[in-house]
Amino acid sequence: MTGGITSPGSGWRQADQGPATQRSTGRKKRRGGGWRGRGEVAMVDDVEFTSYYGRQIVKTPVWKSPDVPLYLFLGGAAGSSAILGALADVTDRPTLTKVSRLTAGGGSLLSVVFLIHDLGRPERFLHMLRVFKVTSPLSVGSYILAPFSAAAGATAAVELLGWFPRLKRFGGVVAAVFGGPLATYTGVLLANTAVPSWHAAHTQLPYVFGGSAMAAGGGITMMFTPVEEAGPARKMAIAGAAIELAVVHKVENDHGIVSEPFHEGRPGKFMRAARTCTAAGAGLTAVAGRTRVGAIASGTLLAAGSLLTRFGVFEAGIASTKDPKYVVIPQRERLAAREAADLASTTTS
Amino acid sequence: MTISSASAAFTGNDPGNRLYGPVPDVTGQSGYDDDHPKRVGFFTDTSVCIGCKACEVACKEWNTLPMDDSHGTKDVIGMSGMSYDNTGQLGANSWRHVAFIEQSRAVDLPMPTFGRPGDDRHDHGPSVAGSGDHDSTAKAQASVLNAEALSEFDPQTGQSGADKQVRWLMSSDVCKHCTHAGCLDVCPTGALFRTEYGTVVVQGDICNGCGYCVAACPYGVIDQRKDDGRVFKCTMCYDRLTDGLQPACATACPTQSIQFGDLDELQARADARLATLKEQGVETARLYGRDENDGVGGDGAFFLLLDEPEVYGLPPDPIVTTRDLPAMWKAAGKAAAMMVAVAVTAILGSRQR
Repeated sequence: MTGGITSPGSGWRQADQGPATQRSTGRKKRRGGGWRGRGEVAMVDDVEFTSYYGRQIVKTPVWKSPDVPLYLFLGGAAGSSAILGALADVTDRPTLTKVSRLTAGGGSLLSVVFLIHDLGRPERFLHMLRVFKVTSPLSVGSYILAPFSAAAGATAAVELLGWFPRLKRFGGVVAAVFGGPLATYTGVLLANTAVPSWHAAHTQLPYVFGGSAMAAGGGITMMFTPVEEAGPARKMAIAGAAIELAVVHKVENDHGIVSEPFHEGRPGKFMRAARTCTAAGAGLTAVAGRTRVGAIASGTLLAAGSLLTRFGVFEAGIASTKDPKYVVIPQRERLAAREAADLASTTTS
Repeated sequence: MTISSASAAFTGNDPGNRLYGPVPDVTGQSGYDDDHPKRVGFFTDTSVCIGCKACEVACKEWNTLPMDDSHGTKDVIGMSGMSYDNTGQLGANSWRHVAFIEQSRAVDLPMPTFGRPGDDRHDHGPSVAGSGDHDSTAKAQASVLNAEALSEFDPQTGQSGADKQVRWLMSSDVCKHCTHAGCLDVCPTGALFRTEYGTVVVQGDICNGCGYCVAACPYGVIDQRKDDGRVFKCTMCYDRLTDGLQPACATACPTQSIQFGDLDELQARADARLATLKEQGVETARLYGRDENDGVGGDGAFFLLLDEPEVYGLPPDPIVTTRDLPAMWKAAGKAAAMMVAVAVTAILGSRQR
């Protein structure tokens, strides 16, 4: 071929220069904005890409906010509290045990309510238990949430009523066994989707949610427990906050262009507020956690930080589905890398 | 309670039963007996699509899909305002979507001119640095001949003006009925299932509207009907297939752009069609979803495109999200163990009252 009209890269362009069909990723912060400004400011990630009239490629999840972020938060707080409660029970810390059990029971029941409310057909929630599928995190999650909420709810109920003290310990242990998976499976729930900003962080989100769960669970339990007995809650909260901050930092920076939604717009605000609250809460716990006022203030900050993290991660994923660049550019890069690897292997062999 | 057949795939060791990669018998893998029908599919040859949207209409009629606008809002007549495409996207109410793209490019055709021949070409055309005038003129002529020859058989190329060419790309998009279907993998109720024809279908009486499939589809096909709560997508006319009929869209297509049949036969036909087009010089022609080594193990509905997939609103390199699920479960397990370890340390590290 000598550059015929149909040769690759033969210069076909959108005829009417329709909006965003061929544009650079040009970030909004750039001066003199708009895609026409391409070339004025050299940016590393200023890549040109094509789309169909700027329309999104993957669908935006139909999961509702605040239902799902609240479910993530409550499930996490309940899960970590259940673990703390069972351990406090065997080491004879009666008030911490009681507070943890009530947090776990209340959180689990509320999270079930939010999960069911988010369904398109709430009356069919029992269909979740029709099958068990390891390939479906929501199916696995249902089989975690169902025994957890039953055990944690029952334990909290008998805690309030004061019946069956021995059964209480058994229920607490069952809840504790399912507590960890309940808090971390939600990371898989979000990551096992085609949502670019969630899927890219698929090995990190379980740690984010696990850490965030401990910060929230520790924070809430230390608010309602006498300070001399709340040592374990404080320690768990500080460790959880540290893990949350560290892994969130990786999620926000490790994934090139699909990390961008964590910094911009509403999700960016949520993530920044979450970082501030979590860091302040952890610091305040260490400094003033042994006073009543300090425990309440820092516990509130930690819970708020955890909640904001869930909202931030949720909304960042939603944002990443709405712009085709988050789908096209990473996949183009993947194709180019594969081609380069193929080329390298054929030249060496 | 039934254990899903997809769970057996989870070990990743069974070559016929995996989370990604080629699957020789996707229907058999889903648990059907050996005498199941052959896997069927669509081959959508966009090079002969005329954008008539008969497929969209036939689909809506047969499946009694509600009217919606270009953003999927039900019972609204809405113009997209961007092109002849007022369907906009695939969704719960649109199971076929004809994309419409108008493209133009500059082309160096001989112009009637009062100057010296070649003067009007100084901007375009192959001009090799260092080569003589004679060479470049010859090359330009060769290119011109080529362009003229090509325009005769590239069905979507027309000429408007002497130095500008316009072409219309039209492509009828549909659910891909993937070999490794993300929607099917993540469905927690078993509402989505693999039929005996190897297609993927939602059972409306099971779906509880959890919406997981919507987020899991790498192509953005399946969607929820807001007022109904459940999800809907192309069934490849499962009801017609069981009665020995072709899907409505393929039946209605006047140019055989949409071809229905046994998948292996369609694949052979598509390969032959691609070879023909390549031979004729249509070098941008490529098959999309044909490669069973791609991220979704190949599509049951695949396409012949004349430009990059993203031009048509298709992802250039889709990967089934479940491919990475083993790594995710490992991370979740470790993170859960980490939580217990932190809690135990916190308990042991605190003095008893």
